[in-house]
Amino acid sequence: MEIPENVKKRLSIPAEEHFYSGHTACQGCGAALGLRYVLKAYGRKTIFTIPACCSTIIAGPWPYTALDANLFHTAFETTGAVLGGIEAALKARGIKVKGEDGVMVVGWAGDGGTADIGLQALSGFLERGHDAVYIMYDNEAYMNTGIQRSSSTPYGAWTTNTPGGKKHFLEKRQKKKVIDIVIAHNPPYAATASVAYPEDFIRKLKKAQKIPGPSFIQLFAPCPTGWRAPTDKSIELARLAVQTAYFPLFEYENGKYKINMPNPKKEPKPIEEFLKLQGRFKYMTREDIEILQSWVLREWEKLKKLAEVFG
Amino acid sequence: MAEYKPIRKVVSGNYAAAYAVKHARVQVVAAYPITPQTSIIEKVAEFIANGEVENLQYVPVESEHSAMAACIGASAAGARAFTATSAQGLALMHEMLHWASGARLPIVMVDVNRAMAPPWSVWDDQTDSLAQRDTGWMQFYAENNQEVYDGVLMAFKIAETVNLPAMIVESAFILSHTYDVVEMIPQELVDEFLPPRKPLYDLADFSRPFSVGALGTPADYYEFRYKIAKAMEDAKKVIKDVGKEFGERFGRDYSDMIEKGYVDDADFVFMGMGSLMGTVKEAVELLRKEGYKVGYAKVRWFRPFPKEELREIAESVKGIAVLDRNFSFGQEGILFNEAKGALYNTSARPIMKNYIVGLGGRDFTVPDVKKVAENMKAIIEKGELDVEVDWYHLKR
Repeated sequence: MEIPENVKKRLSIPAEEHFYSGHTACQGCGAALGLRYVLKAYGRKTIFTIPACCSTIIAGPWPYTALDANLFHTAFETTGAVLGGIEAALKARGIKVKGEDGVMVVGWAGDGGTADIGLQALSGFLERGHDAVYIMYDNEAYMNTGIQRSSSTPYGAWTTNTPGGKKHFLEKRQKKKVIDIVIAHNPPYAATASVAYPEDFIRKLKKAQKIPGPSFIQLFAPCPTGWRAPTDKSIELARLAVQTAYFPLFEYENGKYKINMPNPKKEPKPIEEFLKLQGRFKYMTREDIEILQSWVLREWEKLKKLAEVFG
Repeated sequence: MAEYKPIRKVVSGNYAAAYAVKHARVQVVAAYPITPQTSIIEKVAEFIANGEVENLQYVPVESEHSAMAACIGASAAGARAFTATSAQGLALMHEMLHWASGARLPIVMVDVNRAMAPPWSVWDDQTDSLAQRDTGWMQFYAENNQEVYDGVLMAFKIAETVNLPAMIVESAFILSHTYDVVEMIPQELVDEFLPPRKPLYDLADFSRPFSVGALGTPADYYEFRYKIAKAMEDAKKVIKDVGKEFGERFGRDYSDMIEKGYVDDADFVFMGMGSLMGTVKEAVELLRKEGYKVGYAKVRWFRPFPKEELREIAESVKGIAVLDRNFSFGQEGILFNEAKGALYNTSARPIMKNYIVGLGGRDFTVPDVKKVAENMKAIIEKGELDVEVDWYHLKR
């Protein structure tokens, strides 16, 4: 589609579309939106690899594809390894990778495929230093298989294999901080992002494109289906996750932390504002909410300290 | 064409594999160390460190599963890719072996046959590779170090023609760590035999966006499987043609998927795969001198299975002694099972007996072959089997 020049100038986000309508995402899908932004940032000279996750389906069944880029579907636990293989092949063939004019090699995997089964391959990818970008879209459960918990599922969340019943709910563990595990590898660039803040997300994608070596972005991507939330609340939920500091936006670059909150001086909103819009938290008692709230604030203080000391 | 003057080197089976990787101008090697495969990858890494190879990317991955996944990524992005493994490592790769064949990627791998644990064993046994028989990989069993070298070079050519991956299988220690003379081919002649890869699809081609491996609905999945079945069937002719070409260029002919010796006038033949058959060939020479009318049938390619060639052999002999250095629990030796199945719909039904030998690296020697010959001779004279499956070495 031709974009008029005057419209182009008004947008800081690239106007070109490389993610086509006709994809098979649910209404209000955060992941589909995220994928659209990635394609806007990187354009069609991109090689995606996508493991088993919602996006396997969203991208379209054979012989269709909703992506205006090349896509290699791969097995659940292999994103990091396949990225390394693609990058190595391009280098062996003398094809420029990363940078403004290079081919972008992008892994796009859900939280299950990243925080759980794919964690080992992610670690190998980071440690070996491949010139590629790994994006984990975090919808906090195995949504494609019908809403089962992953280690990225938060405390108290209902899922089909951690249900909330008359007496108990089963999800008693706090969300695994994958980004912290990533940073422990000391990669050149790691960041969190949210579909509610696309300009921040695109800026981070562009940064990941410029910086040599492996980059990791954890993108917060609400799932109305799995979160038992209205389909028109995705952006609001993604924004509240940031505003409550449940999912703070920050970057880690060359050993330095930088917090990118939209209103840096504001105190985080109560976590309840994020929880109350979702059916998955309806089993939580006041006490449970307190447990989650104190975890959120503790992690937030930790991050602020890190930014203060290593900023 | 330049004249072929072989370069003779004394190398282990593993080094023979590494030299073949170098001569094949492999572009990506992704691998994880496992005994007894490790020295293949160490040698390849040494080639890189010494600047003896150009444009070879080495990816030292964190597991065999990732080794295969990285080769898959590399092959899908147009590179000639190689890995090597053994036993537990191959078992860990299993899922991705299906992915390689399903995505039609001509990856070549050397599997150093090693027994599966427990109990721990690092010695020879074919069960690891034969357990991968339904993954859509071609499988070549090397008898000696020369066949490891030749096998890798031929495998790339065959795999890249039919767009299926191929596994070259060699014995743990018996070949992997045993030194022997290998005739290597000068680089320019390898280049003539094996030109650069022309991929079926190329992830680095952005002229028209495409995806590989997307959801195949019941309306389409079936045809994808058929195409692999067809490619595997078509591979038989390609294997023979490439084997013949190899023979014409370099003097070692591989046009038969089953290497035969003394079959025409034999009462019975020994059938088996891999290094075991070197011992058998030696024994057959001696047995012939002693008046035994015996021959051998060495199955080089287990996948695709050379059904037609086996049927021809079965026409002319009274018996087949199948030597299996492997076992499928609840049934019998795997080659025996396959061979019997291949002969069911024919009029030729020689007596077939299964000898389970050499599991976990136990020696199987020339005198052992003679004992099998005596037993087989008695069975044929009597016209009936004593037992169908004989655990030959069992401490009774």
